[in-house]
Amino acid sequence: MTSQADAQPLVTLQNVTVAHSSSPVLRNVNFKIAPGEIVTIVGPNGSGKSTLLRTVVGALEVQSGDVSRSQGLRIGYVPQKLHIDPTLPLTVRRFLSLPTPVKNPEAEAALEKAGAGKLMNRQMTGLSGGQFQRVLLARALLCQPHLLILDEATQGLDQPGSAAFYRQIEQLRQTLGCAILMVSHELHVVMAASDRVICLNGHICCEGAPEHVASAPEYRALFGTGTQGALALYRHEHTHTHDHSCGHDHAFDDEATQTTDKAKQATKDLI
Amino acid sequence: MTFLDSFLIRAALAGVGVALAAAPLGCFVVWRRMAYFGDATAHASILGIALALSFETSLFAGVLVMALLMGTVVSTLSGRGYAVDTLLGVLAHSSLAFGLVAVSFLSGIRLDLMAYLFGDILAVNQQDLLIIWGGAALVIALLWWRWSALLTSTLNRDLAHAAGINPQREQLILTLALSVVVAVAIKVVGVLLIAALLIIPAASARPFASTPERMTLIAALIGVFSAVGGLQLAFEFDTPTGPTIVCLAAVLFLLSNIKRLFDQASD
Ligand SMILES: Nc1ncnc2c1ncn2[C@@H]1O[C@H](COP(=O)(O)OP(=O)(O)OP(=O)(O)O)[C@@H](O)[C@H]1O
Ligand SMILES: [Mg+2]
Repeated sequence: MTSQADAQPLVTLQNVTVAHSSSPVLRNVNFKIAPGEIVTIVGPNGSGKSTLLRTVVGALEVQSGDVSRSQGLRIGYVPQKLHIDPTLPLTVRRFLSLPTPVKNPEAEAALEKAGAGKLMNRQMTGLSGGQFQRVLLARALLCQPHLLILDEATQGLDQPGSAAFYRQIEQLRQTLGCAILMVSHELHVVMAASDRVICLNGHICCEGAPEHVASAPEYRALFGTGTQGALALYRHEHTHTHDHSCGHDHAFDDEATQTTDKAKQATKDLI
Repeated sequence: MTFLDSFLIRAALAGVGVALAAAPLGCFVVWRRMAYFGDATAHASILGIALALSFETSLFAGVLVMALLMGTVVSTLSGRGYAVDTLLGVLAHSSLAFGLVAVSFLSGIRLDLMAYLFGDILAVNQQDLLIIWGGAALVIALLWWRWSALLTSTLNRDLAHAAGINPQREQLILTLALSVVVAVAIKVVGVLLIAALLIIPAASARPFASTPERMTLIAALIGVFSAVGGLQLAFEFDTPTGPTIVCLAAVLFLLSNIKRLFDQASD
């Protein structure tokens, strides 16, 4: 963690204010992310999470403040929603090669990893929500990003898909050393999987290690029942993982135990 | 150059040149839903014609400048959250009206207005041909060069930004390409029907295509076929050439959509 913080940040926002029409959506935000760091943004609907991510991506102009990115930064981005016009014919294969061409084996491997192996020749507009999300992920990973930006990337994924996804992220950080900036409403996962949590509500309310944020009064004001909710979830899943009477693969359950154990560790301090 | 001496051959070559440039650009116009944008740019060119005639400069130059101006104005305004379709409708038709009024002031010059409104492909001379093919080559080269970036920013601006592409710049490139196509297409189909030449082949190609590249190729085939076939039909039935070309394209559009209906029914 200290070595990450010392490294040259990938992206730095300094005192940034972003407005959509006239009234500012983000006010005086200071933010940086170091290589290999996993940062999660939490906050209620409309609190400016997507706006912050889009600012980091460079899609939004800031009203005031400074945005700087490290030289040659490659960003893999999964937007919260992506509408593809039906007049644009686009196979999954072609989508993966946009804008940087990738070779067939790479594309296949990426889809396979994202659990979308059979979709190669399907039209993007003909995919189900979850399938679409998996393809988006596969594409974001194909550019070998230094920074992966995920806006509610697991929306619409089934539970094994979502668990496999967080596993893949952890792996990515280890193999590629890629930093991850994500928005998630799955508080229990956030608390377990992140190095740093930022609690956003038009400005940064509080930030820091998950256990620190979870105990912050600002966080509790926003998610008063959230932490308890996470704990409730933890208990629920915990009992579930010990129910091994059914014969199917319990890889995900193990994952859940792991992550929630960490979450328990994290939240124990504050109780 | 005896081969180019026949006005029919010159006309066919002009039609093919414009169709080839219009196909990829037309696809972008369809994908980005800028049909009105094409209209506005094309209609503004009648103002360019008036300017060119009164300053006695090259027609192509006058049209190119006006089309570029209109294209830039429209793409700037549409980025600012104006109601785009209304705005474009206003700009397209008022620029046409202003252009027609401006042309009427040029009383000293006997002017065949119909030739500009509906094209005069049979009057294409060798110099026109050179300009048409030069312009077409420029447009195709431009789109080829920026293809991936254009496609990505058409798909989604945020994805483009994330990949280090500036969608605004790509929009500018499309505007430039559109102006060039408008300038070279006036002789072939005229101001009023340029947008049709852009959109109809692309729209007809859609049901047959699974990738953007294939859609472009098919649109080019349909465009070339319409140009050559339309020319022939016009010659045979003594109809105005530009509108005949567009009519043929429209019939192809109808056929391709009947195919789509059948596809959907059999699904
Ligand atoms: N394109 C836009 N034009 C105008 N206002 C916008 C636009 N996008 C977002 N906003 C406004 O900015 C604020 C923050 O939006 P944002 O999408 O960043 O929220 P969010 O935290 O991602 O919410 P959610 O959890 O629902 O995804 C909201 O009040 C929203 O209405
Ligand atoms: Mg959002």
